[in-house]
Amino acid sequence: MPTRVLVPSGVLGLGFDRAALARGVAMRPDIIAIDGGSTDSGPFSLGAGQSKYSRAATKSEWRDLMLARAQAGVPLVIGTAGTCGADATVDWMFDITVEIATELGQTLRVARLYSSQTADTVTTALAQGRVTPLTPAPEIWPDSLAQMTNIVALAGAEQMQAAIQTGAEIIIAGRTTDTATIAALPLLRGDHPGAAWHGAKIAECGALCSTNPTSGVIVVDFDETGFTVEAMHETALCTPHSVSAHMLYENTDPFILYEPGGHLDVTHARYTALDARRVRVEGSEWVPGRYTVKLEGARVAGYQTTILAILRGAHYAAHAREWVAKLTTFLTDTISRRMDMAPDSYSIDFRLIGVDGALGALENRQGQPVEVGVLGIVTAPTQAIAAEIGKLINPFVLHYPLTEDEELPTFAFPYSPATTDRGALYEFALNHVMEVSDPMQAFRLTVTEVGA
Amino acid sequence: MKPLGQQVLKVRSKNAGPFWVTIDIFCGSPEAYAAILSRLNTADVARLYGTPEQLVKRFDIADLWVVKFSIPRPVVQGAAADRDMHGAQWAHLLDEMVL
Repeated sequence: MPTRVLVPSGVLGLGFDRAALARGVAMRPDIIAIDGGSTDSGPFSLGAGQSKYSRAATKSEWRDLMLARAQAGVPLVIGTAGTCGADATVDWMFDITVEIATELGQTLRVARLYSSQTADTVTTALAQGRVTPLTPAPEIWPDSLAQMTNIVALAGAEQMQAAIQTGAEIIIAGRTTDTATIAALPLLRGDHPGAAWHGAKIAECGALCSTNPTSGVIVVDFDETGFTVEAMHETALCTPHSVSAHMLYENTDPFILYEPGGHLDVTHARYTALDARRVRVEGSEWVPGRYTVKLEGARVAGYQTTILAILRGAHYAAHAREWVAKLTTFLTDTISRRMDMAPDSYSIDFRLIGVDGALGALENRQGQPVEVGVLGIVTAPTQAIAAEIGKLINPFVLHYPLTEDEELPTFAFPYSPATTDRGALYEFALNHVMEVSDPMQAFRLTVTEVGA
Repeated sequence: MKPLGQQVLKVRSKNAGPFWVTIDIFCGSPEAYAAILSRLNTADVARLYGTPEQLVKRFDIADLWVVKFSIPRPVVQGAAADRDMHGAQWAHLLDEMVL
């Protein structure tokens, strides 16, 4: 049965064109699906279990989508709610939903799909040989799993379908693959499986597959032989080039995409312009395989304090690297003597902004910067120690001389205090898949009546 | 001999998950694509990014006039030593590579 999916944008919180959304709703979609997250901004969201987007932006956009849902009379689905899709951010999104439902006087059936995993679950799976590393993967063992602040499994189409089949009007899903929320309904209705996953991948970043990437809204029509994609903004055109090029985006392999239960192969996909705005795609293949779900996890890798100084004097700007090398040797010795800390129990990393700040050892260009920013990053086992090291090094970062016989220099600190406590440093600690005998084995579904 | 970026439409890079960076060279025309294919070798790209050649994935995509490289991150995204959370600066090295 043909299925029409409306995708308002690549992620909730980044905005979409309101007129384009209205045009999408007028096309009478069967479902509205949007992504709520990604690992793209780094490990903090998963580590801390917090959304990276503000509650205000999220609520404002979600309110528009809840109104669109009421108008269209079809389910509204968000995947990877609250950036990381941990249970805490699913509940955060649920709270926002309840608040809006009350304000709008909507009575709703809301399903929550939880993706968080306990360390015990993964440890058991590991012991049973059901956890396989991807390339490259950090090493894991029971203690390292126990140290992770959050572990999530990525739900696929089957878990989303279970949520849809509850009859919920709104589905708030924890971590899902980027594509699962879009592919679930077409697959459930018997549309072409290769087309369902391929069309979902093309639409998962909203209008990024069109000539007007920031306009957001996309409509995809799935059927028994392929899919057709169209952007809703008047100036946004989907062309065979813009659509096929999207398979390159954030993918290591532009032809193969792994999902729970198999993979998509678009090697033989054909992209045809139906007119100036719409592209038809056929020939994508779904290749069934083992039923595995990908795991993501984050752990605390220390606590940080930073300090920023600017070297404006021409001599110091030209010799910044040498200065930092001397300073580091001096500070290592000072910290060792005054705090009795061995050099391997903490780290101080000075980044030279204006020299090689972004690329480090890979940088192959040299210039003559007017000034050099020296960003010192202290990483230590506790925030108290990191802060103490920050205070200890502060006067030297301000005054350390390149040569012994010169008058003490003073560099620029842009603010007071010069040090900033950054809190926990999280790191990604899993790049594995876990085999499950039943798709719902690693996930939990609850349905709640809200509003009125 | 001139920078690659002056011979193609654009070069972009981005994380592909926390453990990989992927770099896309959009050549923009069949002529530019053919020229880049004949001059750009994977070993030089691997050296540019300080990565063993056998770890570099390369895709020559004739339909799009695109050459794509995927490279495992030497530093995982967001780890203490990471300098570029989104991996977008990697493109500049290839953009500036003279060939």
